[in-house]
Amino acid sequence: MSSTAGAAGRSGIVPARTRPGARWARRIRYYLPAVVVFAGGIVGWEVVVTALGLQGFVLPRPSAIVTALIENLNSPRFGLLPSARATLVEALGGLAIGTVTGVVVALATARWATARGVLLPVAVAANAVPIIAFAPILNNWFGLENPLAKMVMAAVLVFFPVMANVTRGLVQVDPAALELMRSSAASEWQILRKVRIPNALPYFFTAMKLATTLSLIGAIVGEYFGGASLVLGRIIVQSSSALRFDVTWAAILLAAATGIAFYLAVVGLERVVIPWHASMRATETA
Amino acid sequence: MTSEQAKSVTDGGPVVRLSGVDKVFSRGGQPVTTALEGIDLTIGRGEFVSLIGPSGCGKSTLLRLIGDLVAPTRGEVIVNGKPADRARRDRDYGMVFQAPVLFEWRTVEDNVKLPLEIMGRSAADRTARAREMLDLVELGEFAKHYPYQLSGGMQQRVAIARALSFEPAILLMDEPFGALDEMTRERMNSEVLRIWERTGTTIVFVTHSIPEAVFLSSRVVVMSARPGRITDVVTIDLPRPRGEATRESPRYFELVTAVREGLRAGGGLETDEPGLASPERTLAEGAVG
Repeated sequence: MSSTAGAAGRSGIVPARTRPGARWARRIRYYLPAVVVFAGGIVGWEVVVTALGLQGFVLPRPSAIVTALIENLNSPRFGLLPSARATLVEALGGLAIGTVTGVVVALATARWATARGVLLPVAVAANAVPIIAFAPILNNWFGLENPLAKMVMAAVLVFFPVMANVTRGLVQVDPAALELMRSSAASEWQILRKVRIPNALPYFFTAMKLATTLSLIGAIVGEYFGGASLVLGRIIVQSSSALRFDVTWAAILLAAATGIAFYLAVVGLERVVIPWHASMRATETA
Repeated sequence: MTSEQAKSVTDGGPVVRLSGVDKVFSRGGQPVTTALEGIDLTIGRGEFVSLIGPSGCGKSTLLRLIGDLVAPTRGEVIVNGKPADRARRDRDYGMVFQAPVLFEWRTVEDNVKLPLEIMGRSAADRTARAREMLDLVELGEFAKHYPYQLSGGMQQRVAIARALSFEPAILLMDEPFGALDEMTRERMNSEVLRIWERTGTTIVFVTHSIPEAVFLSSRVVVMSARPGRITDVVTIDLPRPRGEATRESPRYFELVTAVREGLRAGGGLETDEPGLASPERTLAEGAVG
């Protein structure tokens, strides 16, 4: 919804497009400090570990981690690449299942007050349970080797933030917007399609940014409790028990990279789907 | 309708007729606030009627009763010769609120098209009407802009274009310019008069500004608070078209004084200073209805 506050001072003229060169310069200025801090941290890590003579099983040097990563991308024992692919499939599957059920339940709770009365307290209570503790039970239900066990683990973690956020987005609509729709005799379906769903989209994307990370956590932690051998969670468990912490770190690095890629994909999608949202405009001027 | 026709205020019988209307708000089955009591009001076709009164006098509630956004506790509301809810379902009303209530995900043009989409008009018709309405409010060149790119006054003009897009018989305006600065408000007043004279739409206009009510209206309905009652109806016989000269004419000041005295007689001026836009007041209004 657009309010008069804040917009009142603005002229109706769109700012002229800046030259691409100037935009890149601005972007570099914006991201440079973060990049410098990150690179500095890696170099500092390398220097400190070398200077203190720390053993590899305490904290491997970043260069050792990268070496382990490259050497074990397709090694028979710690096949990092196929493992990352398998974990990615589990996380994506869980993300899909959790998101779809979350959105469907949110639509039901927004549409029917009784559904809201029944489901929301249950959901809130369930959300307070450390769901990850159920991983061994899910493994038992679906079978250790079955990726579905991990998908369900990820899906359960994803479900709650998606459902809670989308419900809020569907329900918390400007009352004046509802009066407006009512004054033009709009049906409930039209109100849902033209007001509630667009209103819920920013909430949905906020939930998705959380959900991508949660889906990876669900998949990896599920794997800790057993499963096919070539998945990131198993690699982390097995390499650390073999004291190959360089490989453990390499696996974590891959998991982190996957998580960041997930997140960036959501941000990209968000920019395409809700370019009108205020948060998009903020990044534009930053 | 032309401006000549718009001036003849009682053409074709009343558009709005309220008789013996009470509105009591209750909580948990218990009556809490008597927002309106014994309201009788008839509004003729093409009239421009302002509702003015102190905060909590139920003027917004009265507007919502006409628009069937709240139901009366007693009495009847007849619009265009039928019950108010029937008139709402027939899309006899266009509504303009204090906030523009534009959807930020829609361009200006798509916002104007919204009621037409709801009514299932054809795409070609929607585009043609939206263009026509945006030209009417002089925002044609901003059709493809998003609401946030417009000033508050421009946003409110888009809201007016949207309310008029389906040619409703009545335009209900709830303090539409309350959030605007005085200069913009005066410009918007002239704009509304121009639109009213061109379209011939009946307008019911809630305001807490005496000068605004006198400048715009053919009649000013003065209300008192707790319970909300109509205490006076002042006919505004200022010649049309009205403009800057109107605001400086002696008759204008006489009428402003008449409305002010009407408000004072109803106890409206002790607690409030109509003519000042105060946010607390709108909040209080909102709390009542």
